[in-house]
Amino acid sequence: MASVPHVAVIGGGSTGIGIARDLAMRGLDVTLLEQGNLTHGTTGRMHGLLHSGGRYAVSDQASAEECIAENRVLRDIASHCVEMTGGLFVKRPEDSEEYFEEKLRGCEACGIPADVVSGVEARDVEPHLARDVDKAISVPDGAVDPFRLVVANAASAQEHGARIETHSKVTDLLVEAGEVVGVEVEHDSGPGKRVHGTEGGSEEIHADYVVNAAGAWAGRIGDMAGLDVAVRPSKGVMTIMNVRQVDTVINRCRPKGDADIIVPHETTAILGTTDEEVEDPEDYPEEQWEVDMMIDTLSELVPMLSEARTIRSFWGVRPLYEPPEVGSTDPTDITRDYFLLDHAERDDLGGMTSIVGGKFTTYRMMGEEISDHVCEQFGIDADCRTAEVPLPGSEDFSVLRDYMDEFGLRSPIGRRSVERLGSRADAVLKTDAPNPAVCECEGVTRAEVQDAIEQSGSDLNAVRIRTRASMGNCQGGFCCHRLASELHGVGDGGDETAVAYDEATAREAWDELLQERWKGQRHALWGEQLSQAALNYALHATTQNRDRDPADGQAVDFTAFDGGSERSDPADTAGVATDGGARDGN
Amino acid sequence: MAIDSEVLVIGGGIAGMTSALSAARAGADVRLVSYKQSTLRHASGLVDILGYTPDGEGPLTDPYAAIPDLPVDHPYRTVGESTIRDAMALFDEAVPSYRGAHTDRNALVPTHGGTVKPTARYPASAAAGLASDERSVLLVGFESMVDFDGPHAAAHLEAAGVPFDVRGVTIRFPGDLRADAKVTRYAKLLDTDSEVSVGDRDRPVREALAERVGAELDGESRVGFPAVLGDDRAGTVRVALSESLGVDVFEVPMGPPSLPGLRLEDRLFGALDEAGVSIETGNPVVDYECGQPNGGDDRIERVFIEKNGARIPYSADEYVLATGGLVGKGVESDRERVSEPIFDCHVPHPADRYDWFETEAFGDHSFARFGVATDDRLRPTNADGGVEFENLRAAGSVLGGYDFAAEKSGSGVSIATGYTAGRGAAGVSA
Repeated sequence: MASVPHVAVIGGGSTGIGIARDLAMRGLDVTLLEQGNLTHGTTGRMHGLLHSGGRYAVSDQASAEECIAENRVLRDIASHCVEMTGGLFVKRPEDSEEYFEEKLRGCEACGIPADVVSGVEARDVEPHLARDVDKAISVPDGAVDPFRLVVANAASAQEHGARIETHSKVTDLLVEAGEVVGVEVEHDSGPGKRVHGTEGGSEEIHADYVVNAAGAWAGRIGDMAGLDVAVRPSKGVMTIMNVRQVDTVINRCRPKGDADIIVPHETTAILGTTDEEVEDPEDYPEEQWEVDMMIDTLSELVPMLSEARTIRSFWGVRPLYEPPEVGSTDPTDITRDYFLLDHAERDDLGGMTSIVGGKFTTYRMMGEEISDHVCEQFGIDADCRTAEVPLPGSEDFSVLRDYMDEFGLRSPIGRRSVERLGSRADAVLKTDAPNPAVCECEGVTRAEVQDAIEQSGSDLNAVRIRTRASMGNCQGGFCCHRLASELHGVGDGGDETAVAYDEATAREAWDELLQERWKGQRHALWGEQLSQAALNYALHATTQNRDRDPADGQAVDFTAFDGGSERSDPADTAGVATDGGARDGN
Repeated sequence: MAIDSEVLVIGGGIAGMTSALSAARAGADVRLVSYKQSTLRHASGLVDILGYTPDGEGPLTDPYAAIPDLPVDHPYRTVGESTIRDAMALFDEAVPSYRGAHTDRNALVPTHGGTVKPTARYPASAAAGLASDERSVLLVGFESMVDFDGPHAAAHLEAAGVPFDVRGVTIRFPGDLRADAKVTRYAKLLDTDSEVSVGDRDRPVREALAERVGAELDGESRVGFPAVLGDDRAGTVRVALSESLGVDVFEVPMGPPSLPGLRLEDRLFGALDEAGVSIETGNPVVDYECGQPNGGDDRIERVFIEKNGARIPYSADEYVLATGGLVGKGVESDRERVSEPIFDCHVPHPADRYDWFETEAFGDHSFARFGVATDDRLRPTNADGGVEFENLRAAGSVLGGYDFAAEKSGSGVSIATGYTAGRGAAGVSA
């Protein structure tokens, strides 16, 4: 064994990245492997709720207590990823009074600050709540940007020496003499940042310990060594509205149920969700009834939702786990708690532990517990510091001031950039070159896009999750080609640090982004959003001819087409050259 | 007493304007009403007829040759090839600043995405940029204009196999424009040739721009700019730059807001004015009434326009529906159905909204062909194939049965059906 143990962490969601940061801060040598982008799995497909614990205050008080504790930690270490919106548990006349009381007592028992507000008071805060809402309990729920949080964790892990490999799929576990000694990975485009068109290849990564944090995919990793890690993936739909109909998290105050939460998130509001067990975390039906149910049921709380515009829907797969002997048949009965499965104890195979179950809000706590466990294996005595040391971007609140004048950015672009970047704003936005907005819906400037490209290679979806570019109302209709140009980047802004990729690479990344943006919109195609989709389709296909681009297809015989009339027929040039006075536009 | 005309055209896009112009030229007393900004501001300003077959074959060199093989319910089949030619002749005469009429062949025009697009007509401002012209090109982008990146577009054109050398550069537009200046700001500066401060002195912007571009020229025979070279005085701006640089200058058509599209709109409105068409913009048609409201009569008697909260009746003998498709909101939808909002004309569509689209971003989307079906006189028909109203004709993208984006046929269909509907409404038989 090397003097510093090398730990391979499988999974680039919140859990894996939390573990990687923790271990790296404790001085271990860490390699994190993620099959797609960071947040590719469940983390990138959640409703963005920072739990107060209120949702578990009746059914699972241990989880509720963990949630409120971590809620406070994240507000502190990840301030630039969190918006403290507050939350309401709303009771309608038909909802149980007993349950309302139970919820209130549960919150008190778990140390969750909770106050009862009247229907009138609730509507003062959220005017679009239904007129017949009786009352509500207010709790410290918040909204959190899972992409930004994971990226900040990754940056911190890298600062502490970790190697982060995205688009690197674990294809096998290396087992020698009854012990896991590493992993075999298939790199999509070679090690390091993803660059389209770069040749991939497989690599054997030897490790002193392996942590399986692959979430819904943990069972597949287990299979590679003949281990039974029975994750029970459960899908849930989330429907994104084009504006924030509410500025507070709205929960329905009743026992478990579908379609009972609205989370304001950046410029949107996210409706959730369903809970249905699926066989395969990558291949499951995304169904119309689920979207319809979100709108119809949540309209009972916020009536205007029934006529509002949705911009897309997406599904996430919860990596639920329960010890097989529990045998729940309904996925809503499966605990949201997490489990450490040490395969040496459990299966007699050393060198690896799987972490399964759990939830986003407590990712850091899970990371701490498994990092303690890993350190124990090596007799390392190192304190966890992840609860105290702020994430990159959240280090110094004093920089969160209004940058509009300083960077020549018009409101609200400057403010939003700074909110996203937090304490990194100075470093990213200070540029001598002009800094125009590339994505107008989300107010994302060139400097932010270039910063994201620097972090993530030629992958525009990775740029998207870092910046929110293309995630607003137009869903990339107006900015996908601009992002591709930023990637190409040659000579842009005279900025010599601008990252340059060749045209073929930029085109491939562009197409991938267009396709990704299309995918989620398919579940929002009626009304305004169908009109928007028709416009995007027309812009991309008509003016840009992206659907029939000769660069992608067969060679064109240019000589067979009109070569112009003007040089061959000088008489005709009169029309062009004439200065026709005030209205010679053409 | 209703406001009266012989023909009332609803919609101010290419189809509506062509309808109104055709009806007026045929001698009718015509009124055109339009509500929102027309979708021309979203369009490149190129006037295409047919670039690809519905099966994706192309780019077609000769759009007319492909008409007979189109599906029978395609609007081009309804109006027929010779009508398309007559309609294009009307367009060419009404908009003399467009080129391409000298041949039936399509032109391939570089657009801001950096690829080429087949089109039948193009503004004179784009004429020197044709991709079948073998002279070398320098593409100039402006640092803070994110919609057009010269080096990226040049590399993309090269990948498309264009038969000329092409190079791109990015320069700073002279003067102190803000990073998020609108394209119209650039255009107005160039129109007025305003003084801008460069270094420590003020100079006319055209001269300053030409100097910066000239420093980048390396023997290229033509220079392409994003389509911001002037608005009202675009020809003058282009000629001035061309003379200073000593090479041809052209514009690369862009996305919204598209100056070439807006200039085309101005030209067409000018032609309508000259033809004596009354034009009213900014208020929606919200309802209609038949002669005998309780049925039995399928003639529209009047429509109602909402103006400051009041419903004003407008009556006409004949009506043209040119309100656009999904993009222009002439076709609307909710979770249950697709509809035409003014007259509730039947819009054929699959019952399940998940059948309205395909999985691939550029798949064969059903929604792209949403619109009304018509009889052979372009009168919308109901689910049984009967005419909805005796005196209502439809033109442009409110029509179903064709995917203008995939085919690159949007303007051509609007012009051809607008012409047919306008003349039909004025009593000229097809």
